Amino acid sequence: MAESTHSNCKSLLGSLSDYVDGDLSEELCREIEKHIAECEDCRIVVNTTRKTIDLVHVSNLSQTDLPEEVRDRLFKRLNLAAYLKPLPK
Amino acid sequence: MTETTNQADISLDALCAGDRAEFARLVDAYSAPIYRLGLRMLGNEQDAEDVLQNTFLSALTHLVNFEGRSSVLTWLYRIAVNEALMVIRRAKPEVNIDDTEAADENEDFSPSQFVDWGALPEDLLLSVEGKQALDRAIQNLPENLRMVFLLRDIQELSIKDTAEATGLTESNVKVRLLRARLSLREQLSAYYGERINQEKKNG
Ligand SMILES: [Zn+2]
Repeated sequence: MAESTHSNCKSLLGSLSDYVDGDLSEELCREIEKHIAECEDCRIVVNTTRKTIDLVHVSNLSQTDLPEEVRDRLFKRLNLAAYLKPLPK
Repeated sequence: MTETTNQADISLDALCAGDRAEFARLVDAYSAPIYRLGLRMLGNEQDAEDVLQNTFLSALTHLVNFEGRSSVLTWLYRIAVNEALMVIRRAKPEVNIDDTEAADENEDFSPSQFVDWGALPEDLLLSVEGKQALDRAIQNLPENLRMVFLLRDIQELSIKDTAEATGLTESNVKVRLLRARLSLREQLSAYYGERINQEKKNG
């Protein structure tokens, strides 16, 4: 890693989230792309960070259903048992 | 106020007027994400169920104070976050989960793993083992980072709504999100780095 680019590695890290989320200005994006073209470590960090977030999204970690007995107890606790409708299958 | 939430078409008017059937619809629309958040924050089903029940009990009581500045779901997350934090504080008084940067300011989040595992085949990355590695990595995150990560990257709230739900500033949310993502990346890099080495050894 060249001495002159090393300080860029730190500043890239600060913009990493915005960069992978696509929330960075075009100008800053170009700066990052220029840097990672020359700096392999940062290129790997950017790629694997993006991959990590992709995996989180495609793994459907957010898709766990509420267990039926937990739902039953919740409705009872809220005095809503009369409104407990069978779940669509 | 004739506004309805776009996510589940719940009528705020009906809720505020004490319509029980409408509240039941609210519960059915949002109990799963609230339960999941509790489960991943607290790591056990009993605590997650307590948080779930307390969140909706509290929502029932405080519905009259709901101002509609955020969506109903974000408002429910805010209650659930506070409920979960109470459980954590009770169980681990030594953990620092509050809105202070000082405690983790000195921690180094600079990457130390530079294995390029991103090009590994999807069926390996998304295998049962791969998902378990990801799950473990998330559970290893310290609570203050995990909370932000769960809301933003798993429940897919905006930065603004994540700030709203946690009571943190947006810049604080961004700092924590970055640290959480870097920590996950680091852990997955170590895991896949090992696997790549193994495969090389085995030829
Ligand atoms: Zn670099």
